[in-house]
Amino acid sequence: MIEKALKGKPAYWMWLAILGVFITIGAVCYLRQFFYGLGMTGMGRDLSWGLYISQFTFLVGVAAGGLMLVLPYYVHNYKAFGRITILGEFLAISAILMCLMFIMADIGQPLRGLNMMLYPTPNSMLFWDMVVLLGYLSLNIICGWVILTHERKQVKPPKWVYFFVYLSLPFAVSIHTVTAMLYMGLPGRHFWLTAITAPRFLASAFAAGPALIVLACLLMKRVANFDAGKEAINKVTTIIMYAAIINAFFVALEFFVGYYSQIPGHIHSLQYLFFGLEHHGEFYNNLVPFLWAFVLFCAAGLGLLAYGKIKDKLSDGLVGAACALIFLGLYLDKGLGFVLGGLVVTPLHEIVEYYPTANEIGITLGIWATGFFVLTLLYKIAIGVEHEVEG
Amino acid sequence: MDKQRRKFLKIAGATALAGVSAPAVVKLTSTPSLAASDHGAAAGHGDSHGEEQPTGIRYGMVIDMRKLYGKPELMDKAIEACHSVHNVPHFEDKKNEVKWIWKMPFENVFPDHSVYYSAKIKEENEYFALCNHCDHPPCVRVCPTKATFKMEATGIVAMDYHRCIGCRFCMMGCPYGARSFNWFDAKPNIKKYNPDFSARTRGVVEKCNFCAERLPLGKEPACVEALKDTGAIVFGDLNDPHSELRKILDKEPTIQRKPTLGTKPSIFYIV
Ligand code: SF4
Ligand code: SF4
Ligand code: SF4
Repeated sequence: MIEKALKGKPAYWMWLAILGVFITIGAVCYLRQFFYGLGMTGMGRDLSWGLYISQFTFLVGVAAGGLMLVLPYYVHNYKAFGRITILGEFLAISAILMCLMFIMADIGQPLRGLNMMLYPTPNSMLFWDMVVLLGYLSLNIICGWVILTHERKQVKPPKWVYFFVYLSLPFAVSIHTVTAMLYMGLPGRHFWLTAITAPRFLASAFAAGPALIVLACLLMKRVANFDAGKEAINKVTTIIMYAAIINAFFVALEFFVGYYSQIPGHIHSLQYLFFGLEHHGEFYNNLVPFLWAFVLFCAAGLGLLAYGKIKDKLSDGLVGAACALIFLGLYLDKGLGFVLGGLVVTPLHEIVEYYPTANEIGITLGIWATGFFVLTLLYKIAIGVEHEVEG
Repeated sequence: MDKQRRKFLKIAGATALAGVSAPAVVKLTSTPSLAASDHGAAAGHGDSHGEEQPTGIRYGMVIDMRKLYGKPELMDKAIEACHSVHNVPHFEDKKNEVKWIWKMPFENVFPDHSVYYSAKIKEENEYFALCNHCDHPPCVRVCPTKATFKMEATGIVAMDYHRCIGCRFCMMGCPYGARSFNWFDAKPNIKKYNPDFSARTRGVVEKCNFCAERLPLGKEPACVEALKDTGAIVFGDLNDPHSELRKILDKEPTIQRKPTLGTKPSIFYIV
């Protein structure tokens, strides 16, 4: 099946070449970091997690989001998703690869990474995160590949693979829950120390992941002659809307807890993220525009979808714009705000703002490009098989 | 190799103090601490410093700030002593800083304690901050490789710099900002290299080790030794009711950093 990825129109090769450029830049930046140290990043003693971990957190959500396609199809036998479940599985594979790369980019001694397995430590949530991420990755590789090969031969997939399909459902939930637990259980980090972190992560994941898949479908409809079907897209956008609204509800609850209880630790991060924080005469607000963009983007995306649904005018353009807005909005919320907002007040009660360095951004873009490179190849194969079966 | 070194540390630590104290089940402090009246007791959080690790040795420290008020140079001496014996590198910018013990304003060291209408002396002076060698250390709980671990024989929260992968999860877990990461190579920034103690490689975390390497040699922690004539820092076994440390704790009201988090610090402050 691999050969399907090796044939394509010039635009396909152009796209891969562009990604290749970013991958190269990322690789060079990474080598610099590898030889000089993580001091090349904007992180420091008082703010010791940054862009890498926040991208990781967001991408775990993207990977888990595929569940919203797999579950209706396999559990509720919702046939309209038949053509796109494979897209959910393949998105999960590339998202988790990105996650693993971000972790490797983040740790100070990458060559010792295996110590996590050599000295397994069940009381550490990072250990469990590794377990569920690797598990989910393997499950998706197995399910995606077996189902696709059988579809190509036009025979039913073997029974045993369904065991793995059903197993992957709780795994999808667990990867994001355990990722939330990395944050939720830390004493003294008030912004993260809340049980709503996990459900909020899941809600935003179930909007962001499917939104990305819809975007991919719309794009492939134009360039690859692949139609996911109107009903499927319609249904996915409904799921996205519910998930995004639930996420907004959870964010509002955070505001209530903070501003009604008036406990400083619960207010500080929200204040910093949305309004700016004053401390000893200095004003810290470098993330405010991003967080308001999150609010606006999500509201606009939801508004567009609601309008389209009520008037029954869900054009591709409208759906695409709405999904792009929601995806970007949720990225700003979780891929920037959640991690950096939680860190702005240090345990020693100083305010430290974070500015990533060019080198760090280079690595980040490189990893995203690598993920999209893998995703492109996988989607190319999946569509190639569908065309072969139909044509 | 790793295991053996660790075992050695444990045995050495324990034997050095064998015979010094019989295991005793006692309350750590019999005087109610200010901290408890601040939060715990009133809010019904219960005992904010109950009898944990009740048997064996549990090292701790009391820092008598009264003896250091107006004498920042004494504090610097202790800091310098610690950092030079432990090859702690010096970086100019705050971002890359590595430190095991340092001084900071009251509101930073004790952010949970009200600073309204506080005594002038509190505002004019800085306070020591260092690892608390918590009895319930969150840094140990979160570490995915056991590179940070508690030496059960002594209660010291120690690190294996050869196993640490540099994920910095422990820095997220520690509510006291006690840990530093080696963002760059340390060697060029170590003023005078002490060959008796290894320097850390780039990409690992480090912190105060309660001088676990000195105790078996019968030496006190370097910071305690540096301030010996003032008696500002007293080090000893919290579980030994006859230790000098316990005698002070029995007599003087003390406070601890962020007591409501349940980490049970082993460092006590008299302010
Ligand atoms: S003070 Fe921080 S580093 Fe030290 S034992 Fe407690 S949690 Fe760990
Ligand atoms: S940085 Fe090192 S000591 Fe800290 S949690 Fe990671 S592996 Fe453990
Ligand atoms: S106990 Fe030892 S390691 Fe800790 S601050 Fe004092 S001198 Fe440094």
